[in-house]
Amino acid sequence: MPAGADLRRPKRVAARLLAAAPTAIAAAVSAPVVVVAAHLFLPAGDVWPHLVDTVLARYVANTLWLLLGVGLATFVLGAGAAWLCAMCRFPGRAIFEWALLLPLALPAWAIAYAYAGMFEYAGPVQTALREAFGWTRRDYWFPDIRSLGGAVMVLSLALYPYVYLLARAAFLDQSVCALEIGRTLGRGAWRGFAGVALPLARPALAGGVALALMEALSDFGTVDYYGVDTFATGIYRTWFALGDAGAAAQLSAVLLIFVFLVLAAERWQRRRARYHHTTGRAGRAFAWRLSGWRAGLAAAACFAPLALGFLLPAGRLAAWAVPTWRDRADAAFGALAGTSFLLAALTALLAVAAALAVAYAARLGLGPVGRAARRIAGLGYAVPGSVVAVGALLSLAWIDHRIDGFARSVFGVSTGLIVTGGIAALVFAYLVRFLAVSMNAVDAAFVRVTGHMDDAARTLGAAPARVLGRIHLPLLRGGLLTATLLVFVDTMKELPATLILRPFDVNTLAVRAYELASDERLADAATPALAIVAAGLVPVVLLGRAVARGRA
Amino acid sequence: MNRIAISCAVSAAFAVAAAAPAAEVNVYSARKEALIAPILDAFSEETGVAVRLVTGNAGQLHERLLAEGRNSPADLFVTVDAGNLHRARQAGLLRPVRSDVLDAAVPARWRDPDGFWFGLSLRARVLVYAVDRVSPDDLSTYEALADPIWSDRVLVRSSSNIYNQSLIASMIEARGTAATEEWARGLVANLARDPKGGDTDQIRAVAAGEGDVAIVNTYYYGGLAASADPADRAAADATRPFFPNRGGRGTHVNISGAGVCAHAPNAAEAVALLEYLAGETAQAAFAALNHEIPVRAGAPSSDIVAGWGAFEMDSLPLAVLGERNREAIELADRAGWR
Repeated sequence: MPAGADLRRPKRVAARLLAAAPTAIAAAVSAPVVVVAAHLFLPAGDVWPHLVDTVLARYVANTLWLLLGVGLATFVLGAGAAWLCAMCRFPGRAIFEWALLLPLALPAWAIAYAYAGMFEYAGPVQTALREAFGWTRRDYWFPDIRSLGGAVMVLSLALYPYVYLLARAAFLDQSVCALEIGRTLGRGAWRGFAGVALPLARPALAGGVALALMEALSDFGTVDYYGVDTFATGIYRTWFALGDAGAAAQLSAVLLIFVFLVLAAERWQRRRARYHHTTGRAGRAFAWRLSGWRAGLAAAACFAPLALGFLLPAGRLAAWAVPTWRDRADAAFGALAGTSFLLAALTALLAVAAALAVAYAARLGLGPVGRAARRIAGLGYAVPGSVVAVGALLSLAWIDHRIDGFARSVFGVSTGLIVTGGIAALVFAYLVRFLAVSMNAVDAAFVRVTGHMDDAARTLGAAPARVLGRIHLPLLRGGLLTATLLVFVDTMKELPATLILRPFDVNTLAVRAYELASDERLADAATPALAIVAAGLVPVVLLGRAVARGRA
Repeated sequence: MNRIAISCAVSAAFAVAAAAPAAEVNVYSARKEALIAPILDAFSEETGVAVRLVTGNAGQLHERLLAEGRNSPADLFVTVDAGNLHRARQAGLLRPVRSDVLDAAVPARWRDPDGFWFGLSLRARVLVYAVDRVSPDDLSTYEALADPIWSDRVLVRSSSNIYNQSLIASMIEARGTAATEEWARGLVANLARDPKGGDTDQIRAVAAGEGDVAIVNTYYYGGLAASADPADRAAADATRPFFPNRGGRGTHVNISGAGVCAHAPNAAEAVALLEYLAGETAQAAFAALNHEIPVRAGAPSSDIVAGWGAFEMDSLPLAVLGERNREAIELADRAGWR
């Protein structure tokens, strides 16, 4: 135990309450995941042997390949671009620095639809090839976009910004002390990257890749459209088609094992190492100037993910929207955008406040219940959204039925559904899904605040709340901004929880876009999808500018 | 956060109570908003009854109704496919309705014998073939698509889709499990590509030459033929629908439909809305909005649908599709139909 432990233990009642609140938050948010896991103990009927005999091997294999592919690709794209933008100087860097975040504004399924539209057999690219060369179907080979490889590509392009964002901040932080030493010892840019920067940035890189992998595990829209059977599609089919909640929950539990593996790997690589740095943000003082072909290569390496992850798919959507947008952008459209924006903003603020409370409590020392709840609360991100949504629905409906039963028996009045079917239920489900995102960003920022600062402040007599307000918050501002904007953008794109939990007549841009797209009216879906992009662009550009100033 | 949640909920409850009009009806719909909201608006205008709508996936709305139980605010459950309606009845989510208006408007074969649900529109699952490579004389039945002459030429979407599940269920009923499984294996062996995308994607692929014949629902073809996008209309021009199994059991037909919820707080309004949906105005709107076939005798079809003329429909009782749904899914899994 560190020597400062005694000093950090809160003594007053108010402080104890403060310490209990995060445990309550984490417990509430982990409830839906626990509810789903509790289905394990229901009899699952005879579906399970059928699944094992027929489809389970395919689910496992596809899910593993998907994780491997997305993990490698997001790491290479995200860490590579982050290193170039943080530590090198080349033409276009100032734009790439923020523009590399743009794919965050696009829902992954929209990228998937756009790519399929362009590159499938009936799409313009292959049609043009056939017409130009007089080919028929058996005359040529073209990679099948709707395949496991296509899904890996789409998800990697959609998710690399998570790695980029966290890696870039880490690279900037570490620059002066470690790299200067490396440089003094005669290391060039490449060896500085591989030998010094990458190992030091491990926590941030692992955190970013873990986020990307969890989102890939929970993805339904892309893999479903591309015909790749993963756990997400299997759970969906077992629950909503076979109607077997028990077997679906058992599949979800197996999926959770994957998540535990991802998170355990992330924790294992971190082990007991701590990565604090003595200086905050002096990265600007130090950079490798690239010229000639090196500069061209660096610019190309940054342009490729931006072009493939944003410009191309957004351009395809825009081309679809041109003939139809007048019919789509009707009076109700403004209301849709407003609802989406308000829900996303509310969720983002609550998620960051909750993550901050939980992270700070963890720093002060959580009890065993709090620690477990904190771990489980972070899992909601990796479970398919539709499963989390049903878990949230069951938890909230259970509470409603208890209240209603109590009111009926005591007062003879029915209270009906107080929580379920209200905005609060929907925002709660968003929190269950996205608390992991804000917790990751906040945790990553907290790592950079050394424990010695806490100890020093507490030794000088500052209470925990004062330490938080005067020391942590100013240091954490960048991380909190990142967390707010990531949750905001994620909520703008959210579908499954919105679909199942929204109150009457509450509609979002994502729901409108997906309803039209899943009804196979891609041209009509393009306008609301672009509106999500437009609404998401504002926070992404904000985030990008903060990134460029070196704060996030 | 808990305190915020409670205060949000309480204020929302008050807001709802304060704004509640004299008469209202709450709809859970698996039909997409764009395909039902205009009809609901017309109902509100005509009757003064306010309609509140939540749309969603059929399976998830089913789960929501189950979870909400006796406290559910839903009055009418609108969904697609008889299999889903049957599941809702089996789960106790619907209540029986006696209405002379409905009995007169909806032919007996398109509604539940006990009045738990009523069909509102019909869609046939047909073959769409490439005009330049396939002669309609080569086409006959669903069964014939398993013949080796169709090797590498057939397109169909995933068996996760309920339209395929119901088609399989209808064949199990007609031919038995063993024969149907053999058919499914033959069909999978003849596929030009792994099942992916929706029905519209299959039609586009036929038009582009990736395969020669696809199994799709009629309204997807209608949607392409009436699309604002010239490329869509070109795909429809390059293909034609074929209504299989004529002279035999007829083409597989399914419904979209609705039932009044078991715990509906506004049951009378729900029945009124159901009667409106089966009425002449709404039936014409179903046809116009989505190229579906009206369930009501004599209601006008869209020009595209009318152009196909009358066809023989499978007379199988629709409840069978629901009863055999699970068998169908498991059969598809065994046959490797993903």
